[in-house]
Amino acid sequence: MSKRRTERLLSIVVLLLSSRRYLTAEQIRAAVSGYPDEQEAFKRMFERDKEELRDLGIPLETGRASQFDDDLGYRISRQDYELPEIHLEPDEAAVLGIASRVWQSAELAGAATGAALKLRAASREADGESRATPPGIQPRLTTQEPAFGPLWEAVRDRRPVTFDHLASGRSEVTKRTLEPWGVVNRHGRWYVAGHDRARNAPRVFRLSRITGPVKFAGPPGSVKVPDGADVRELVKDWDKPLTRDHTATLRVRADAGFALHRWGRVEQDAAHPGWDRITIDYSDPDWYARYLASFGPDVIVIEPPELREAVIRQLKGALT
Amino acid sequence: MVTSAERLRRLLALVPYVATRRVVGLAETAATFGMSERELIDDLNLVWCVELRAPEPYCPIDLSYEDGEISISQAESIARPLRLAADEASALLVALRMLAEAASFGRPSDSNHGDPNHGDPNRGDPNHGDSDHGDSDAVARLIAKIEAAAGAAGAASSQAAILIERPNAGGMAATLSGALAAGRRVHLRYYVPSRDEATERDVDPMRLLVVEGRTYLEGWCRRAEGVRTFRLDRVVSVDVLDMPAEVPEDAEPSDVDGGLFTASPSDLLAEIELAPAARWFAESTPCESVTELPDGRLRIGLRTPDTTWLRRLALRLGEDARVVAPAELADEVRATAAAALAQYE
Repeated sequence: MSKRRTERLLSIVVLLLSSRRYLTAEQIRAAVSGYPDEQEAFKRMFERDKEELRDLGIPLETGRASQFDDDLGYRISRQDYELPEIHLEPDEAAVLGIASRVWQSAELAGAATGAALKLRAASREADGESRATPPGIQPRLTTQEPAFGPLWEAVRDRRPVTFDHLASGRSEVTKRTLEPWGVVNRHGRWYVAGHDRARNAPRVFRLSRITGPVKFAGPPGSVKVPDGADVRELVKDWDKPLTRDHTATLRVRADAGFALHRWGRVEQDAAHPGWDRITIDYSDPDWYARYLASFGPDVIVIEPPELREAVIRQLKGALT
Repeated sequence: MVTSAERLRRLLALVPYVATRRVVGLAETAATFGMSERELIDDLNLVWCVELRAPEPYCPIDLSYEDGEISISQAESIARPLRLAADEASALLVALRMLAEAASFGRPSDSNHGDPNHGDPNRGDPNHGDSDHGDSDAVARLIAKIEAAAGAAGAASSQAAILIERPNAGGMAATLSGALAAGRRVHLRYYVPSRDEATERDVDPMRLLVVEGRTYLEGWCRRAEGVRTFRLDRVVSVDVLDMPAEVPEDAEPSDVDGGLFTASPSDLLAEIELAPAARWFAESTPCESVTELPDGRLRIGLRTPDTTWLRRLALRLGEDARVVAPAELADEVRATAAAALAQYE
């Protein structure tokens, strides 16, 4: 069944590529095997075939089959169909191999390997690949967030979307309508940046905080990405590292707290043998109190008092 | 089972692949297309059977396979591959740009900004420098060629960006990529945050990986006698040893495609209850199980060989987390917190 369908679709591609004229559905039916005799069944099957060919990216054109009748016909322009001339050097083919394994999610991994096969198919020179050393570095990209697929499509096709979003530290979900400009991966996490219609301003959303389905809210091509919009910069700004504008003084056991010893300023603490006095800069007091608490009895905060209190609160919390 | 569309996509690349080469090995072709020789022969038979009945009956594709070789004498209108689709061009270009950025970390020139103690082992050896630049040039050349071939289909790729953390300020990546290229063993001083200590080990480098935005060295750890991955931002120092790397032949690269950190079933299973404020933890750490509880709380199951890490984690989460099991771990957390508090009295 599936084999006959593949055979039929392949025949249509070969037929329409070889023809300069638009061929009607009836002419196609006469030339390829496998269509049923019954008219309605044929129509349905032909519609499905056309859709499948277009989904594969085959540029199926429609036009009037002849000037004497109004029947629609089909053809595939060779120029639109064929991959332009391309020659890959062996080292480029080695790079292509690494690049086609970067995506870990099924959909884009399939797209990347599909592209690599087309490029290899067109280029005989790529066969010298085994003589080239591939790059020693191998990146991997994962897309575990369910929102990724629809957002990737929305960005590709320039369509607005709506979704529910749970902001960090909030418990209620808000509905957002976004004109997406791009997706960005940072620190291994995916973000979408674009124009938030309700806020009438650029916004960035972390994909893992999008709950429920992402729905399209407009036709393809209806999003205009403003000139000069730089999604990388938007995400960097949104998620920028905090400046370390606080300083703590700690007493740390000399044989523990490796990270504190390495990244802080260490002095011997004459009054407390076996302990060091360390001054170290930090950014977020709440985060840092938690971090210091994780050292347990190996660290005592001397100052500032707020940090000392926060660590004590944190440790009391762990008692219950 | 591949769908008819997937199979058609494959055939439309397979015919040009053979046509471009005229004669090509069966085994080699099957390997390139990631299928068995049996499946390949099925595909070839299907293509060979294609027949157009009108206006004149004819078989547009003429091919044969024998003695392990395939040849095509006529491929008609499908002798060239189909253009890249938007998803294909974008997926590949985004991956290549990420590779270009990652490879730039390994460029010897970057090590000049680094810690002088982690000097570039290849300085003065022009061959290695050249090979590194060769890689990055190949990436840049390939990007340019694909952009040209893809045309408008590649446009969407500029709307997806991958930002990679620069591993350490220094030339760590350059040093390690040099050691990798030269096939040398390295000595690492490696910080293990879960135990808050630095460990010393000799490692035979296998490859550099970028996973979830971070750069790792994968290598044969001589201390653990196994393949290990090391996060570059936790490497305290690296020395390239005057000794060849000896990666055992049976050393299997870790299966990063299934996630870098896979817990072993023999590891300790801990159960922890998280308050809403600590839900982020379940998002950022691979958990064995995650169960929703009333009021936005979560119960997670974590497998780890390392109870020190769990104890530090529980102290860090404080009142937002409660160790449910094992009971000994819960006791240990309370005892550690009490000992720490006693020092403030």
